Amino acid sequence: MGRYILAKLWQGVIVVLSVVVVVFILTRLVGDPVRVMLPLEATQEQRDQFEAQLGLDRPIGVQFVDYVSDVAVLDFGESLWQRRPVMEIIVERAPATLLLTFAAIGLAVALAVPLGVVAALRPEGVVDRIVVLISLIGLSIPQFWLGLLFIVFFALTLGWLPTSGSGTPAHIILPALTLAIPAMTRLVMVVRSTMIDELNAQYVRVLRVKGLSPWRVIAVHALKNSAVPIVTLAGWELIRALSGYTVVVESVFAWPGLGLTAIQAIERQDLILLQAIVFLTAIMVVALNLLLDILAKAFDPRIDLRAS
Amino acid sequence: MTSVETSPGATAGQTTPGLWADLRGDGTAMTGVVFLVLLLLVAIFAPLIAPHDPEAQNIIARLKPPAWMDRGDWAHVLGTDHLGRDVLSRLIHGSRISLIVGAATVALAGGFGVLMGLTAGYVGGRTDNWISAVIDTQVAFPGLLLALMILAVVGPSTMTVIVVLALNGWMVYARVTRGVVLSLKHTAFVEAAGLLGCSTWRVMLRHLLPNLSAPLLTLATLEFARIVLAEAALSFLGLGVQPPATSWGLDVAQGKEYMFRAWWLVTFPGLAIALTVLAINLIATWLRVTSDPLEREKRFARRARPAR
Repeated sequence: MGRYILAKLWQGVIVVLSVVVVVFILTRLVGDPVRVMLPLEATQEQRDQFEAQLGLDRPIGVQFVDYVSDVAVLDFGESLWQRRPVMEIIVERAPATLLLTFAAIGLAVALAVPLGVVAALRPEGVVDRIVVLISLIGLSIPQFWLGLLFIVFFALTLGWLPTSGSGTPAHIILPALTLAIPAMTRLVMVVRSTMIDELNAQYVRVLRVKGLSPWRVIAVHALKNSAVPIVTLAGWELIRALSGYTVVVESVFAWPGLGLTAIQAIERQDLILLQAIVFLTAIMVVALNLLLDILAKAFDPRIDLRAS
Repeated sequence: MTSVETSPGATAGQTTPGLWADLRGDGTAMTGVVFLVLLLLVAIFAPLIAPHDPEAQNIIARLKPPAWMDRGDWAHVLGTDHLGRDVLSRLIHGSRISLIVGAATVALAGGFGVLMGLTAGYVGGRTDNWISAVIDTQVAFPGLLLALMILAVVGPSTMTVIVVLALNGWMVYARVTRGVVLSLKHTAFVEAAGLLGCSTWRVMLRHLLPNLSAPLLTLATLEFARIVLAEAALSFLGLGVQPPATSWGLDVAQGKEYMFRAWWLVTFPGLAIALTVLAINLIATWLRVTSDPLEREKRFARRARPAR
C-alpha cells in the first residue's frame, strides 16, 4: 500500500510539474504577454517598462527558475485586472466553486443510484428503456443551453428561483442542477450496467433462494458490491466538473467561483490571474485523483498495485 | 476492410457483413443515421438551401418571431435576430462549423492517437514506457482549463479550436489502440507477419490496424458527439468560432441577451446542437452493442429469454 501511494504521488508530482512547464511555455514563449496585456496604442517605452516590470527582459532560463521558485511558494504576483495579489482573489472565489461542484456531484449521485437500480431490475423493460432514453437525452443537451432553459422556466416563467448570482441558498439550486445532469446521466449508465451484472451473479441467486427480501438483496448486497465503480466514477465526475464544466455553468449563472473568474480574466487579458487558476486547479485535480486511487485500493484490495 | 480474412477472432470481421441489416432492425439507430445524413446534406448544400444570406442584416425586420406567431411572416420561418438576420439561414450555415470541427478534430486526434497507440503497443519496451507516461500525465491534466489558456494566449479561431480539442482528446484513442494491440501482439497472424519479414510499419498498418476498426469506430463516434458539444461550449464562451462566422454555440450566446424578449434566438440553435448530438449518441450506442461480441451475446440472450 505504501509503495502504491508513493508511486501515485510521484505521478501526481510529474503532472503538476508538466502543468508548470506548459503554462510557462504558453505565457512566455507562445504568446507575447506584453502585446496581450497592454492596449494597442501603448508606446514602445511603455512596453519596455512593462517588460522590465514583469522581468521579461531577462534570459529565458533565469525567468524559468524565477517562475518555478515563485510558484513553489504559491506567489503568483499581482492581478493586472484587480491590482491585488492573485492568491487573495483565488482564496476569495474558490469556496464558491467547491461548494457548487460538490453539491452538483452529490445531487448527481443521489439521483443516479435509484434510477440506475430501478432500470437494472428489468433490463430492456419499459422503465429501463425510459431511463436509458432520458440519460441519452441528458447527455446530448449542451450544458449552457440547459442552464438557459432552466432560467427561462424556473426563474422567469414560474418565478420560483433567482435567475443568477449568489447570496441565498436558493441561488445554488439551478447551477448545481445544470452541472449535475450530464454527470448524472453518465453515472446512471454505470449504476445500471454494474447492477445488471451483480443481480445476475451467483451469490444474488443464492440470497434470493435463501428467502431474503428483494429490497435487502439489492440495498445491502448488490449495491454494496457495485460501490467501487460508482464511487470512482463519481470522483471522476467531480474532477471533470472542477476542471472544466464549472466554467460554463458559472458563466451562465454568474456564479462567483473560479470558473467565472477565469473567463473574466481572459476577457481582461489578465494572464497572471488565469495561470494561477489553471495551476491551482491542476493541484486540486491531482490531489483528488490521488485520493480516489487510494480509496479504490482501500475498498478493493484486488486492484493491481502497479496498474496505471 | 480488405484484410479482414487475416484476422481470426477479430471483432470487426464478423459483424461488418451484417451491419446494414442490423441497422435496419434498429429503429432508434436508424433515426440517428437518417438525421445525420440529412444534416450532412444540409451542410454541403447550405448556400443553396438557406433562404437568406446568414450575415445579411436588416434593421427594420429585427427580432421578428417565427412565422406561426403573431408578428411573424413566412419570409423568416424561424424569425430574425437582433440584427435582423434570418435564424433559419444561420442554423443551416452553422451546421457546417459543427460538422467540420467535429470531423477535423476526430481525424486529427484519432490519427495521432492511433499512431501513438500502435507504436506503444507493438514496439513496446522503452518507447511504450515513454508514450504511456505522456498519456497518463495528460489524462490527469485539467484539460478544459488548459484549453482556455491556450485559446486566450493564441487567440480564438476555428483552427485553434480544432487543434486545442485534438490536443485534449488524442489520449483515449491511444489507450484503446494500445490495449487491443497488446492483446493481439502474440497471436499467430501477427507473429507470422513479423517472421515473414514484414516491416514494423507494415505489421502495424496492414495487420493490426484493420482489427481496430470496430472499437475505434465506436470511440470516434462518441468523441464526435463530445467535440460537437465542446465546440458549442467554447463558441458560447466567446473562445471558439468568431463572428462573422456562424456557429450554433455563438448564436446561443448572442441570443442570450435577448432571451426574455425573443425566446427563439436561444431555443433553435440550442435545439439544433442537442438533436445533432443525440443522433450521434444513438448511433454510438448501437455501434457499441453491435460491434462488441460480449454486448451482442447479452442482447440476444435477453431477447431469447422470456421476461421474468
